[in-house]
Amino acid sequence: MTDLNTQPRPAPAMGSEIAVRIEKLNKWYGSFHVLRDIDLTVRRGERIVIAGPSGSGKSTLIRCINQLEEHQSGRITVDGIELTNDIKNIDKIRSEVGMVFQHFNLFPHLTVLENCTLAPIWVRKIPRREAEETAMHFLREVRIPDQAHKYPGQLSGGQQQRVAIARSLCMKPKIMLFDEPTSALDPEMIKEVLDTMIELAEGGMTMICVTHEMGFAQAVAHRVIFMDQGQIVEENTPQEFFNNPKSDRTKLFLSQILGH
Amino acid sequence: MSEVHAETVPFVRDTMLPSAAPPARQSGVVLWLRENLFSGPLNILLTLAGLAAVWGIVSHLWPWFAHAVWNASSIGECRQIIAERHGEGTTGACFAIIRERWNQFIFGFYPAEHYWRPTAVFGLMMFAVAPILFSESRRLRWTVLAVSAVTSFAACVALGAPDRVLLAVGAGFVALAALIEYAPRRALAFSVLYPFLAVWMLWGGSIWSPIAVLAGFALALVVWRLGARLGVGLLGLALGVAAAVWWWAALGPRVAADLQGLMPLALVPVESRSFGGFLLALTIGVSGIVMSLPLGIILALARQSNLPVVRTLAVMFIEFIRGVPLITLLFVASILLNYFLPPGTNFDIILRVIIMVTLFAAAYMAEVIRGGLAALPRGQYEGADSLGLTYWQAQRLIILPQALKISIPGIVGTFIGVFKDTTLVTFVGLFDPLKQMADTIRATFAWKGAYWEPYVFTGAIFFILCFAMSRYAMYLERRLKTDHR
Ligand SMILES: Nc1ncnc2c1ncn2[C@@H]1O[C@H](COP(=O)(O)OP(=O)(O)OP(=O)(O)O)[C@@H](O)[C@H]1O
Ligand SMILES: [Mg+2]
Repeated sequence: MTDLNTQPRPAPAMGSEIAVRIEKLNKWYGSFHVLRDIDLTVRRGERIVIAGPSGSGKSTLIRCINQLEEHQSGRITVDGIELTNDIKNIDKIRSEVGMVFQHFNLFPHLTVLENCTLAPIWVRKIPRREAEETAMHFLREVRIPDQAHKYPGQLSGGQQQRVAIARSLCMKPKIMLFDEPTSALDPEMIKEVLDTMIELAEGGMTMICVTHEMGFAQAVAHRVIFMDQGQIVEENTPQEFFNNPKSDRTKLFLSQILGH
Repeated sequence: MSEVHAETVPFVRDTMLPSAAPPARQSGVVLWLRENLFSGPLNILLTLAGLAAVWGIVSHLWPWFAHAVWNASSIGECRQIIAERHGEGTTGACFAIIRERWNQFIFGFYPAEHYWRPTAVFGLMMFAVAPILFSESRRLRWTVLAVSAVTSFAACVALGAPDRVLLAVGAGFVALAALIEYAPRRALAFSVLYPFLAVWMLWGGSIWSPIAVLAGFALALVVWRLGARLGVGLLGLALGVAAAVWWWAALGPRVAADLQGLMPLALVPVESRSFGGFLLALTIGVSGIVMSLPLGIILALARQSNLPVVRTLAVMFIEFIRGVPLITLLFVASILLNYFLPPGTNFDIILRVIIMVTLFAAAYMAEVIRGGLAALPRGQYEGADSLGLTYWQAQRLIILPQALKISIPGIVGTFIGVFKDTTLVTFVGLFDPLKQMADTIRATFAWKGAYWEPYVFTGAIFFILCFAMSRYAMYLERRLKTDHR
């Protein structure tokens, strides 16, 4: 477990507007029922941590939110727009929802700066100069402005993940999705990435994070969601979730990841 | 450190080591020889056997090259000279055939007073491609351009181009050089216009005909753009193509003829049948290479498409074309098409061959590029998707640059194959440099029996051109290497 400043933060301004609403979401891979009747509402400014054993469907769930995976039944509404099969609609939502992946998924043929300016220039149609200024701003935020002209292959894992975060932020997203952003990193680098995410949280970003970093969950989450076998098993504040878990599955899971 | 040395005395480093220079590399000729050629009994044996084989080959071929005769007017005279110089019964190459007939190896039956036209076209081609091929390295770009401009200009002079032509060609080269230096983006416009200019200069006729064809493309583009703005994407594309076809078939030729009447500007027409030698090989090869790449990319993407119809059509096309020998396609181009086309249509034979060669190469290209696409991790697609890039933006900016880079060896291999396969046009009666052209020259009384020399000469030129392509591929791979693995 990484050593973080884990005091609960003052509850930030969480709006009453709804950022993401998921209703009766079901998804199958072939005949395998991977998501079962998921209901979840995320308000603007809210920060959610999703935890659960491997294969429980966490990645699949957050990938449905920006339609990297399509669902077969149920409704997903993001930022007031319902996700349908319409490609334009999906591209629109993806440009408003940032995503950070376990394996960074930076573009190795482009420099760090180009990685960050690509989508603003082509999707948002922002002039190159302005896009570069924004990119440098966010690269400073994640504390790697001096790496702007290097290629991703020349950076450490932690630096790459921070570039990936900056790349998403350059699109000024309304919601950020994180899929185990630290689990491909060495312990030393985990902290630098989590610090970046904590700063982002303090800025009031709506965040949905799949992570096993329980220190992080305690520090920033408003709600922790525990999934198992494609279902939401428990949903609670971090204090309650860690100190007073209700379901046996949660207890077992917590004992496994905390208790070694 | 911890477990293994648990029982030893604890160690704490109090001074950090400064970084030291790496050890000097062991070098020297003798060392290299010993390490690489004579490191053990088996290696010594293999080295000796290799040397013996090389000696055997060289000692047999050497006299043939060493006794070569460059000045003679017939094969008989060649043999006589060799017999006089080196004794009765010695072998020797009679490269006089190349010296006497080089023009036919290069231009075929292209009219001699117009040799300057293909020569200038070749020089201009370098101006069209250098800004693209050598966009990164200014020095390389200018070396290539200077060498090709000077040689092709000198060749125009030597080939007796009229003064006003020399003036025009020289001014053109200078103007293009200035354009490439000061407005590199504008220079790309010349790259786009170049094919039309080249066709006009090679085949001659009214300049308004290629301009009319170009106008058809422009029309298609305008209609498509309008459609895109109105939000009718694919329909706009279809309408654009239809408009262009209508223009080419109906209105374009009439407009071109009228304009020619108003403002006559024409070169003496040259028949396709008089193209031959390397002029023919390069015309077909370069066109096939340039067109097969985009077509191959589209086929490769179509083969990965989510739309079953598109995917099936692509698979059928690729598998059909790959399953048939190129010669079959060439026969179809030369004979069968005549049955299907309405009588009286004049569909140029070289154009037909270029189309077939392009389709053939594109099918192979598609598979090569598909390999590159498959090699990209899924995360690249997801990264692009998650940023809201559209399908085409993702392909163009993220996927293809990487997939094509991975595929460079395969793509250039296909290019080289296409270029060498142009010699197969011999089977449809065109004068390829290797067989048909050489046979035609050998059929004259003076050169009957000059067998090897044309092969050696043509082979050498093919080798130089193909080797250049492969060196360029290596350069490009080095230049595009950004992954630092
Ligand atoms: N493309 C796919 N095709 C078929 N099954 C899949 C596919 N992707 C995931 N699965 C299955 O769906 C289930 C949920 O996968 P998912 O990746 O969402 O799990 P996860 O909770 O993120 O696990 P982890 O913690 O290991 O990342 C797993 O059992 C997995 O094997
Ligand atoms: Mg996962």
